[in-house]
Amino acid sequence: MKANPRDVNTGTYYMDGDVAAGYGALAAGCRFIGGYPITPSTEAAETFARIAPQAGAVFIQMEDELGSIASVMGASWSGVKTMTITSGPGYSLMMEAIGLGAMIEAPFVILNIQRGGPSTGVPTKTGQADMMQARWGSHGDYEVIAIAPDSPQELFDYTIKAFNLSEKYRCPVMIMADECVGHMSEKVVVPPAEEIEIEPRRFYNGPKEKYLPFKPDKDLVPKMVKAGDGYNLYITGLVHDEKGYPIKNQLEKGKRQKLPTRRLVDKIRLNADKIIELTEEGMDDAEVVVVSYGISYRVAIRGIEIARGKGIKVGNLRLITVWPFPDKKISELASKVKAFVVPEINYGQIVFEVERCSHGQANVVLVPHGGAGVHNPEDIAEAIEYAVNEKKKIRKVVEWKTRLEKFVFEGGYKLNK
Amino acid sequence: MEPLKMIEKDIQPMDVHPMNDILRMDRLPHIWCPGCGIGTAVTAFAAGLDKANIDLKKTCIVSGIGCTGRVAGYIKLDSFHTTHGRGIAFATGIKVANPDLKVIVFSGDGDLISIGGNHFIHAARRNVNMLVICINNFIYAMTGGQVAPTTPLAAYATTSPFGCVEPPFNIPYLADSSGAVYVARWTALHVRRLTNSIAEALNKPGFSVIEVISPCAMYYSRINRLGDGLDMMKFYHDNSEIRHGEDTKNLDIGFQTKIIVGKFVDRERPTYMDSYNKWLSGTKKAEK
Amino acid sequence: MKTNLKAVLTGTHTLSGNEACIEGAFAAGCLFLAAYPIMPAIETIERYLKRSAEVGATFIQMEDEISALAAVIGASWTGKKSMTATSGPGFSNMMEHLGLGVMLETPCVIIDVQRTGPSLGIPNRAGQADMMQARWGSHGDYEVITLAPGSPQEMFDFTIKAFNFSEKYRTPVIVISDEYIAHKKEKVVIPPADGIKITPRRYFKGQKDKYLPFKRDKDFVPRMVDIGDGFKFHVTGLTHDDKGYPIMLEECQEYNVHPILWKIRNHVDEIVEFQETGTVDAEIVIVYYGATSEAAIKAMKQAKDMGIKVGGLKLDVVWPFPDKKIAELAEKVKAFVVPEINYGQIVSEVERCSYGNANVIFVSHGEKGINNTDDIVSAIKLALKEKERKKGIIEYRSQAGSS
Repeated sequence: MKANPRDVNTGTYYMDGDVAAGYGALAAGCRFIGGYPITPSTEAAETFARIAPQAGAVFIQMEDELGSIASVMGASWSGVKTMTITSGPGYSLMMEAIGLGAMIEAPFVILNIQRGGPSTGVPTKTGQADMMQARWGSHGDYEVIAIAPDSPQELFDYTIKAFNLSEKYRCPVMIMADECVGHMSEKVVVPPAEEIEIEPRRFYNGPKEKYLPFKPDKDLVPKMVKAGDGYNLYITGLVHDEKGYPIKNQLEKGKRQKLPTRRLVDKIRLNADKIIELTEEGMDDAEVVVVSYGISYRVAIRGIEIARGKGIKVGNLRLITVWPFPDKKISELASKVKAFVVPEINYGQIVFEVERCSHGQANVVLVPHGGAGVHNPEDIAEAIEYAVNEKKKIRKVVEWKTRLEKFVFEGGYKLNK
Repeated sequence: MEPLKMIEKDIQPMDVHPMNDILRMDRLPHIWCPGCGIGTAVTAFAAGLDKANIDLKKTCIVSGIGCTGRVAGYIKLDSFHTTHGRGIAFATGIKVANPDLKVIVFSGDGDLISIGGNHFIHAARRNVNMLVICINNFIYAMTGGQVAPTTPLAAYATTSPFGCVEPPFNIPYLADSSGAVYVARWTALHVRRLTNSIAEALNKPGFSVIEVISPCAMYYSRINRLGDGLDMMKFYHDNSEIRHGEDTKNLDIGFQTKIIVGKFVDRERPTYMDSYNKWLSGTKKAEK
Repeated sequence: MKTNLKAVLTGTHTLSGNEACIEGAFAAGCLFLAAYPIMPAIETIERYLKRSAEVGATFIQMEDEISALAAVIGASWTGKKSMTATSGPGFSNMMEHLGLGVMLETPCVIIDVQRTGPSLGIPNRAGQADMMQARWGSHGDYEVITLAPGSPQEMFDFTIKAFNFSEKYRTPVIVISDEYIAHKKEKVVIPPADGIKITPRRYFKGQKDKYLPFKRDKDFVPRMVDIGDGFKFHVTGLTHDDKGYPIMLEECQEYNVHPILWKIRNHVDEIVEFQETGTVDAEIVIVYYGATSEAAIKAMKQAKDMGIKVGGLKLDVVWPFPDKKIAELAEKVKAFVVPEINYGQIVSEVERCSYGNANVIFVSHGEKGINNTDDIVSAIKLALKEKERKKGIIEYRSQAGSS
């Protein structure tokens, strides 16, 4: 299906990432955003509030983030595409409802413009420390899809893709951008509507009395209907059967019975190869591979350039979808290369996944950064140089000591001058 | 002698700022914009603390997030800058765990009434002994001017670009109906009255609420073309009316309409700790 | 440090896990509980209320879980040891304040009685699917200490340990139990008060005007004072300096947050606790924790009877994870078998730390109740049969009929 021309503001713009995400959401057919102001994501909400009326869409500012995400799921079951917009602290408040979203299989998108954490942290500056939270933040077992864009153009493109994935797999999809990307102004090309591919909702078309809201198709994803179409839906966050009724009472004593929650993780795990999107470059003869995502990828490019200038063969792997994690790809690379270097704006999150998937075949070096800024490319280059020269197999993640760390803890840096 | 010279003659040089004991001078200048009313409210608060004659050592202040959320950082008491909307919940913990302390929550309208609305009504219902000072500037200012639960109908904000369509909360009415024992409203212009009100409420046992209408020159006034901070003060001067004891139902604020100020509620109810201790002594007796 | 004698119910009792947990809390000196009722953690509140009057402890039922943890953090700064108790959905609501607790470096204890998830799940059935959430659930970088008791006796012991850890490292500590242990009644031995080791709060003892709330000792842990002691300190969830004043610079972010991680990461060896049985000559090692212990121990026995060389590693402290221990075992054994009541959480940590030296067999559990012993035994046999070194986790799915 193609996008509706009414939703698409075709043209070439100079805009920041947050604004681009607002345009992307509308172009993807989003009809409802429930949000709450939080730095640094507010511009996306403001943009959507401004342009929503052109397509008959609604922006509502709820009383808090718990309300925002609940309203979004409600709107989703009323038959429209929906999104919420937030940053770290708001994201933490949404954790309970993300589990509900996974359970009632409501398609919706969460835009998280990450900032420096934990807690209130550094609201106006960047961070990438919510990556593991995206995967594990709610209680219980579930799987999500998370995308990490690295430019305003990508915030436009991947917002559309996020909507498409959420409709296809009926699960929460997270856009894990960061303040740097959100507040960076660049050229953004909004293509004509007929060039934008849109995934329609998987509506049920059979006879009414036969409809089961959680009966899966072959790809383990069930079909949806709208509230108000006369199906007398019953949707619950309790563990439920295909009808949607809580399963508790049907479990017979002493009889072993599988819970249907298994499908919630399997529908992503078994379709992972179709979901995962990566870019790789210079892998053929690489000795060291840099694994990065989001804004760190753009910094890593420079770091790799410096290292290549010194004659080191470096491969560049970018995770566009971070969750589901590309286990196989990393494992396959690990058997070929000496080491992975992972620069991320946190003190170690995705690096542990890289460590896990490399199965001891390659060393793993973390180039950390606490947030409120991006890496110095020299640090990445030095870490690459170290990784290529390290002969020993090291049984832990090597945390590279950055210039910033040395400056703050050894260089006589004084606060409150 | 010229009038100005006369004043200068009366002014005696001081070694320290008169509010040195109450404000954290090492943190000044503060972050608030020119024309903002929060600074005025802080001054009134500092004067009120002084006037209330309470033990400052046993007094602490809690803030949430936002422009007003930064107040705690400038007051030289044990001060807590917590998460968005949770100032009252945090303060409840402090008060219940150590009832000897005097607890003040100083935060904004979005923080206390929107995201923290649930804690606001529940603390009022319980009548937890604390003073809540709510700066109402009709907008989320820290994040750049989004619509707030207090934004008057038809007023503009960045997330209500076509005018606010939601009716706002009447904060004194909300506090009153939830069970607060002391409810007052002043504007940033009524410094003397606000100071007295704060001093009075600090010595009042129970859940007290003082709403302070405050200009936001940077966002609310600018988006709605209301001029600068001084223009807003002039507006307060011309349009506020003191009506003590007014029924809180009648205190709605419209867009640039009359603002009714004054002390509306002053009553007695057993505080949470009174009831709790009564219950506790009851169970002790029952076990004997 | 002396304990309140009334608070310690010395003797042998029959207690459920939830009740034992509260007895542990009182023995550790806990004087404040703020909570919101949720299945299956309600008995903690009930037990607390039953005993609070004689212990002199305070309780408040807050309006939700968000405010419950906020109140606990506030109460902790008045000098009282504080805790909250909840289950999955409530634990999710607490995520923002878990971060605040970390940032304000406030000692407090969170009891998470896990139930089947996600979302509302099955409120009165056990689960172990909040394990990763405990570690990663709040935004931003932080480290937590998480203990996983496997019986009512351990609920008692580990709750005391949790309070001790939280005071020692000035950090929120999570005790992650589940519905099975919470409701199981067993013999619990409570030792005499003087036999219980209590870590006192690390108070600042210097001059009043010299106090800096975030000035770190050598072990990266700063010292505390109480509200009302006249120190007039300021703390904030924003990135801050030693004084507690916010500074929005990347240097300050590094200065503030990195040591918060170091205070746990540099003391992993002191924090990590586990119980090993027969790992010396084992070919297969079962890694288990919490409610799975019972089935794992039974399966271990059955397998031994069959002549299989099998050992067990019970994780008492799950976070920080015993990376070194697993890596060391991986070099000696053929495979790990990890039974969990979820679809794969701690098993991926075992995979990470085994560095491809041992196969990792995961016994998933997506049924009501706890793991089945037969499943674990079958998984052990599968592990023995597998000659090849597999990359990635091999999942042993239970043989229950699908619904």
